Amino acid sequence: MGFEYAPAPESSSIVDIAPSYGLYIGGEMIDPIDGTRFKTVNPATEAVLSEVAAAGPEDVDRAVAAARAAYNDRWSRLPARARGKYLYRIARILQERSRELAVLETIDNGKPIRESRDVDLPLVAAHFFYYAGWADKLDHAGFGPDPRPLGVAAQVIPWNFPLLMLAWKIAPALACGNTVVLKPAETTPLTALAFADICRQADLPPGVVNIVTGAGDTGRALVEHPGVDKVAFTGSTEVGRQIARSVAGSRKKVTLELGGKAANIVFDDAPLDQAVEGIVNGIFFNQGHVCCAGSRLLVQESIVDDLLDHLKHRLGTIRLGDPLDKNTDIGAINSPEQLARIRELSSVGEAEGAERWSPPCDLPERGYWFPPTLFTGVSQAHRIAREEIFGPVLSVLTFRTPAEALEKANNTPYGLSAGVWTEKGSRILWMAQRLRAGVVWANTFNRFDPTSPFGGYKESGYGREGGRHGLEAYLDV
Amino acid sequence: MTATDLADVTASAATLRRFLHGLPGVDQVGVEARAAGLATRSIKTTAKQFALDLAVSMIDLTTLEGQDTPGKVRALCAKGRRPDPSDPSCPPVAAICIYGDLVPVAVEALAGSGIHVAAVATAFPSGRAPLDVKLADVRAAVEAGADEIDMVIDRGAFLAGRYPEVHEEIVATKQACGEAHLKVILETGELATYDNVRRASWLAMLAGADVIKTSTGKVSPAATLPVTLVMLEAVRDFRAQTGRQVGVKAAGGIRSAKDAVRYLVVVNETCGDDWLHPDYFRFGASSLLNDLLMQRRKLATGWYSGPDYFTLD
Repeated sequence: MGFEYAPAPESSSIVDIAPSYGLYIGGEMIDPIDGTRFKTVNPATEAVLSEVAAAGPEDVDRAVAAARAAYNDRWSRLPARARGKYLYRIARILQERSRELAVLETIDNGKPIRESRDVDLPLVAAHFFYYAGWADKLDHAGFGPDPRPLGVAAQVIPWNFPLLMLAWKIAPALACGNTVVLKPAETTPLTALAFADICRQADLPPGVVNIVTGAGDTGRALVEHPGVDKVAFTGSTEVGRQIARSVAGSRKKVTLELGGKAANIVFDDAPLDQAVEGIVNGIFFNQGHVCCAGSRLLVQESIVDDLLDHLKHRLGTIRLGDPLDKNTDIGAINSPEQLARIRELSSVGEAEGAERWSPPCDLPERGYWFPPTLFTGVSQAHRIAREEIFGPVLSVLTFRTPAEALEKANNTPYGLSAGVWTEKGSRILWMAQRLRAGVVWANTFNRFDPTSPFGGYKESGYGREGGRHGLEAYLDV
Repeated sequence: MTATDLADVTASAATLRRFLHGLPGVDQVGVEARAAGLATRSIKTTAKQFALDLAVSMIDLTTLEGQDTPGKVRALCAKGRRPDPSDPSCPPVAAICIYGDLVPVAVEALAGSGIHVAAVATAFPSGRAPLDVKLADVRAAVEAGADEIDMVIDRGAFLAGRYPEVHEEIVATKQACGEAHLKVILETGELATYDNVRRASWLAMLAGADVIKTSTGKVSPAATLPVTLVMLEAVRDFRAQTGRQVGVKAAGGIRSAKDAVRYLVVVNETCGDDWLHPDYFRFGASSLLNDLLMQRRKLATGWYSGPDYFTLD
């Protein structure tokens, strides 16, 4: 008899999901005026969780007006230290309610509880703590003696890290003295709505944070609204382009954090077992729904067989299933649309002649699932080496020399992140100087910290989030 | 690389050095993160039951003190045979681990039980004695009836880069063991780096070790989860290359059932089922046993019994 892990489900009794939600505007939950309603489901079970408002143009108008009023009357007049106090308070409440929020995130998003509990929530709180500290030190941040906020920020976030992306957007905006209207993704609105409750719990002045739920139309109404001074978007490159077009010629300041097709480069002198972990963490973390995922594995040809043996052995132990089970490594794909895209690109990979491999893996009957998948024999000309799949699919390519690795790594329209695995320090520095990617990880992958700036080159977007650099996006500099 | 290629590795000091230093490095941050990640596995109900019983059956119940007496060893043997006298379903331990001079006492006390008698030898724990003295130590223990020998490597020679010396010593000890199983203690707390742990693991396996063992228990830190992970990766890779399956023993510092279960998770997810057997994974421990028994009974009855309900031996 083998060592079979018994089910270890995290209890979901800690979360209380209302049958329906309104919009959080001016400090209150209110029904939409001209909006409709849509359902949000648990992607692991397809069960409907709640009904959420899709804000129409008038609702967006109201939210922007509330943010403007809060900015003029209250938030921009507060002493910086008082702003910091609110942010610290929010950070503490996030920590106190972290178990509830982790479970809620897992239910609405499909990501494993292990990740929402150990990665998302700790980073969310850390982000608020970090920017709380900046609130009264902006004079010393290197942007002049008295940098001013921009005003009202329109923020549109994706579904892959709902609460974490909210933190990345709201914390620096508020710390710099702006007020915000945030639109969470249509498939994952629940933690943002829970955050609305946290704002009330923290006694945040009404209108400083407004949350309007909805799909693309709501987002468009928000970013194109004449009353906003700043647009911050994280999501696909396609939508990013539309946003850049729509704000062109306006006074709005824009930051875009878009797609990626990151190279994870393994040299023959890499720490092999840790590189395997890094590859797994690079592409299978969060079902591969990560803009900076290491979706292109570049392996030095001399070790490719050995590395793939180890990688396949490791993938044999990966656990896919109920996201609420504390031993689950890979959860559900967030939506049927995303699943369709992953399936489509995977069949393109096969049609292009790449060899497809997945470990033996039972997929649950209900819900949206995709097994961890490797493609070997991939070349630069294949679509699966060029297009962002945004799923648990890894393309394996080989190289012979550092120069070739560099050339292939940079040969992409994207430039968000890259990984380098070698025990040779000088090679890490040589590569890091030449890789055209916003983040270069050395002997690790997908590590995040609020003090570290994050953002892309080329079609991965512009502007930086996180760290001191992240303040610039929300200051008039 | 095949088994025959590996035979050439030990042909000279240069080839041995080249081989050991050519093994893939171990990234400290990465291996510690992996071990910490595996330690978050949640092992409940039936899985916990399985793990607790397996852990009991993998224990080398140990006493290695200057104050050990025949009476103490007999008591330990009785405990090893029936760890929980109130529960006949509780498995016996794997072995009793003692100093060489007490082997006859243990052999007599364990007769017919199937429990192995393990003797520490080769000038345990420091390993600082001439080779012929160390070998005499081994032979005496084997002649007295020990069927497992826990030797220590010469860490001084290893750290000075005199790999052939360490290799030859293990080969000679293995020969002196005859039929007895040889466990090679690397004393990882003194090797300091994970790279050294991996090299020492391979060196011991190349020299014929049946089991590689983390520590004597006399040096801190003793067994840790990341060190054990590195050693498990080594035995896994060694079998893939040579076909020979070497065991691992984590010794020292493992006191709670929770810790033991974490080690079993690491074994399970690094090497798999083949190593989840007392022949291939052991815990060198003493106080661990009672915590395992307490958790076993808690699982069976639903409540915790106080320490006085478990025997102290």
